[in-house]
Amino acid sequence: MSEFVDRLAARASEEGLLDVAYATVDTPLGRALVAATPRGLVRLALPNEDLDRVLVDLAAGVSPRVLEYPARLDEARRELDEYFDRRRERFELPLDWRLSHPGFHRRVLRATARVPFGKVISYRDAAERAGNPRAFRAAGTALGSNPIPIVVPCHRVIRSGGDLGNYGGGPEMKRFLLELEGAAP
Amino acid sequence: MAEALPPFQAFLDEHMQPVRAFLRGMLGPHDAEDCLQETFLAALRAYPRAEGTNLRAWILTIARRKALDHFRSRARSAQPVAEPQGLIDRRAAQSGDEVGTRLGMSPRHSEIWAAVAELPPSQRAAVVLRFAVDLRYREVGEALGTSEEAARRNVHEALKKLRASAADLKEMA
Repeated sequence: MSEFVDRLAARASEEGLLDVAYATVDTPLGRALVAATPRGLVRLALPNEDLDRVLVDLAAGVSPRVLEYPARLDEARRELDEYFDRRRERFELPLDWRLSHPGFHRRVLRATARVPFGKVISYRDAAERAGNPRAFRAAGTALGSNPIPIVVPCHRVIRSGGDLGNYGGGPEMKRFLLELEGAAP
Repeated sequence: MAEALPPFQAFLDEHMQPVRAFLRGMLGPHDAEDCLQETFLAALRAYPRAEGTNLRAWILTIARRKALDHFRSRARSAQPVAEPQGLIDRRAAQSGDEVGTRLGMSPRHSEIWAAVAELPPSQRAAVVLRFAVDLRYREVGEALGTSEEAARRNVHEALKKLRASAADLKEMA
C-alpha cells in the first residue's frame, strides 16, 4: 500500500467521501478481505473468493467510491485475529447489513448472528427464529448468500442429521471453523 | 447500458502513473505530488457522476485544471524580490530531468525538458501528454478539451520552439 493512497484515503474519509474502505487480513484459512462503510463492516470475503470480483461487486452494490484503507478496519482485523487465536468468542464491531436482502433473508442472518460460539443450530431452527419454520430452504439460501461470513456465523447452522451442509468457503472451511470452536459434530 | 464504474481503487491504480507523469511535466516533482492528491481527491468527489465517460481523458482534464490552479496560486504568491519565472523554470527543469530519466533519456534530453518548462501552459500540456504520457493526438485533444487538430497544432508549435532552443544550446556549447 502506497503512502499516497493512505494519505488520499485518510482525507477522503475525513471529508465523508470514502463510502467503502477495505483491507486484507491474513487468517489460518488464507487471505481474506474485509470492507466497511461508515456504518460498519459490510462484507467479508473468504480466501476462496476472487478479490477483484468482490471489489467490483462492492462498487456496484454499495458505491464506486472504494479505496484500500486499513485504518478503518483496525477493529475488524483485531477481532478476527483474536477469534482465530481463540481469545474471542463474540464479535462486537458494528455491522452494515445493506448487502443482505431485507426481509426474511436478513432476519435469518440476524438470528444466526445471535447463535453463540461453540453452538450449532439446524436450518429449520434458523428459519423458525426468523419467523417461518417451514421456510428452511429459503433460510439455506439466505445463509448461502451471507455477505459477512465468520462474523455472522453461518457456519454454526448445519443439517438436522448432523451433516455439515453447504458453505460458501467449502465444507473444509466450515469444519475448520466448527473445530476451532469445539463444536464439530 | 453504460459500463459500470470500476472500484475507485482500480481506477486509481490504472491512472496514477500517467497522471503523475503529466503533473511532473507540468509542475515539477515537488508540486506534482500535492497536485496529484488534489486531482484524485477531486476525482473521488465527482466519481459517481463519471459513469459512461472516457475515464482517462476525464482524470487528465481534472489534472490539467488543478495544474492551472497551481500556476495561478504560485503567480499570486510569487515574491517580487526573487525571479519567480526563473524559479518556476528551474523547478520544472528538475521535473524534466526526472521525466527524462524515467523515460530512459540521456541527460542531453533533460535539457530539452528544461526548455519544455518555458513553453506556455497549453503547449506544455500538449507536449507532455503526447510524449511523457504517450497519448495519441485524439486523446491529447480529449484531455485538453480541444479538437485533435488543435492538439496537433499545439504540439507542432511546441516542437518548433523546442527545436529553436536546442539550436541555441548547440550554439552555446
